[in-house]
Amino acid sequence: MSNQNILEVRDLTKHFKAGGKQVVHAVDGVSFTLARGKTLGLVGESGCGKSSCARTIIRMYDVTAGQVVLDGTDITNMKQKELKPLRRKMQMIFQDPYASLNARMTVRDIIAEPLIAHGIVNKKEAANELVYPMLEWVGLTKEHANRYAHEFSGGQRQRVGIARALILKPELVICDEPISALDVSIQAQVINLLKDFQEEKGLSYLFIAHDLSMVRYVSDEVGVMYLGHLVEICESNEIYDNPLHPYTKGLLGSIPIANPRLARQKEKSGIEGDIPSPIHPPAGCRFHTRCPFAKPECSEVKPQMKDAGGGHMVACHLY
Amino acid sequence: MSMEPILKIENLKTSFMTSNGEVQAVRGVSLAVNKGEILGIVGESGSGKSVTSMSILRLLADTAVIKEGSIEFEGKNLIGVSKKEMRGIRGEKISMIFQDPMSSLNPLIPVGTQVAEMILEHHPERKKEDVKKEVLELFSRVRIPEPEKRYKCFPHEFSGGMRQRVMIAMALANKPELLIADEPTTALDVTIQDQILHQLRELEKEYGTSIIFITHDLGVVAELCDRVIVMYGGLVMEEASIDDIFEKPGHPYTMGLLESIPDIKQDKSVRLMPIPGSPPDMTNPPVGCPFAPRCPYARKICAQELPEFIELGEGHRTRCFLQYPDAPADEHNPFRR
Repeated sequence: MSNQNILEVRDLTKHFKAGGKQVVHAVDGVSFTLARGKTLGLVGESGCGKSSCARTIIRMYDVTAGQVVLDGTDITNMKQKELKPLRRKMQMIFQDPYASLNARMTVRDIIAEPLIAHGIVNKKEAANELVYPMLEWVGLTKEHANRYAHEFSGGQRQRVGIARALILKPELVICDEPISALDVSIQAQVINLLKDFQEEKGLSYLFIAHDLSMVRYVSDEVGVMYLGHLVEICESNEIYDNPLHPYTKGLLGSIPIANPRLARQKEKSGIEGDIPSPIHPPAGCRFHTRCPFAKPECSEVKPQMKDAGGGHMVACHLY
Repeated sequence: MSMEPILKIENLKTSFMTSNGEVQAVRGVSLAVNKGEILGIVGESGSGKSVTSMSILRLLADTAVIKEGSIEFEGKNLIGVSKKEMRGIRGEKISMIFQDPMSSLNPLIPVGTQVAEMILEHHPERKKEDVKKEVLELFSRVRIPEPEKRYKCFPHEFSGGMRQRVMIAMALANKPELLIADEPTTALDVTIQDQILHQLRELEKEYGTSIIFITHDLGVVAELCDRVIVMYGGLVMEEASIDDIFEKPGHPYTMGLLESIPDIKQDKSVRLMPIPGSPPDMTNPPVGCPFAPRCPYARKICAQELPEFIELGEGHRTRCFLQYPDAPADEHNPFRR
């Protein structure tokens, strides 16, 4: 079975209980599809629900409502036991390479663990045959195999995290801010590695980050989230060249430009104010409290996603 | 902007004495901050940029030792001043803001009181009502909405951006000569970062405060700074005006940093050019140029000797053998092809 779309997410909703009768509306009605071999970037401020979205898709969290379809199989309400064989298809790379590796395990054991957990190998020696080439692939050597995570730099640890995610030859990898904890000179190393792997194995990535220039660089499509809603999604160059949603425009206007002459010419186009609380999200368009173009309608009616031409989807009453 | 330095660091060497030996975090840094300018210090983790700034206010861990050098501020060498005198300088003449505003604020005291304390500590003769009025004024300056209501709030009731505004208000409360900002926007979202950077610019103009801005983000440097110092392996590798650093980078490390960030308009089919390898181990720093092991243009001499600074133009100097007048001009020299 080979579906064109590795991942389909329909009206995905995730609410958390927050003490008393309060509910955190982390993700509300998010829909998108990810084609096989492609990369979808998700961007937005902290608290916009991008990480919750990722964790719900991979079923670290239970789904409140909506549907998650992985390679044609609906996994929305699957029990963890049923889900286990499917987990080989989707893996995750985490933001913090310091917290996501077990300090008491050697690098070999960390990378071999998924192989053993999924019954692909049952002996350590057999695992080595797969672990060593993987180590080399991510730019480490055999000699690193017997060391512990604390002996490595941040960039090297992230390579271990990548090796662990990729050893099962997954089809979908969810990268939750994989480079934000790394130094600039190391970020490019990790990005090139992820891109090479995609080219060679036809992997699909759901790439979550707040670094918009990096997201544009790695993604085929980019979705912008704000306070649990997906507000705009389209081809990645298009979203940067022709942003439609006022939030996307503001977000792009806030990126520091690494060019002093251009930076001086830049008009002040950022967004005022802070992101509201997801416990009491504003009615209508959730961005209307900070939007310079808000109309009365915006605070009452939630705008629906519509095609603004050429598959450029935007949820805004201005269009 | 006058070129009169208000702070001058000469040959600063700071080390940490650990069980694994001496970590030479800063190995001879010289720099000057001019009146009313924003000086950027760029570098990766472990480059010594934070330790340099912490040495100025002596906010170092107990294991740290300033081994050599001088830090001249208002005609005084700060390295020699007593602890008591240093307390009088901190927050009054030189103040600092940090990356994580949550751990810099006291969670048990309302934010307004914390800022007021900062003023009363240095000016105990002042009336409490006047100080409160001033704090409210400061809050509206740094755009904290509804200052009256926010005055009594606790830090946990604030978002990250709001907390950083409180920190800025506190840092500026006594109108210091110099503000040291150590990655103040790294933990914040781009939209909030943008707001804070604009504010720092405005406050610098309004108060004439000089700022040392420490960051790893070249984009932020381009938006904010007048001059830049690039640090690596505990040393200054290059110093230049903001335009020169981006247009005429004079050190392979600076070039590498610029090439490893994607431009917002970058062609996606072009691979990023990462700097291979990782930064040096500062318990055993390289004898020669610290960047030599990662430098694509390194020659034999680079690993053997530390290059001296060479002037490339006004206010532009770099530490690289390839820039020497007697360096061979061939395709392996990026500066003299």
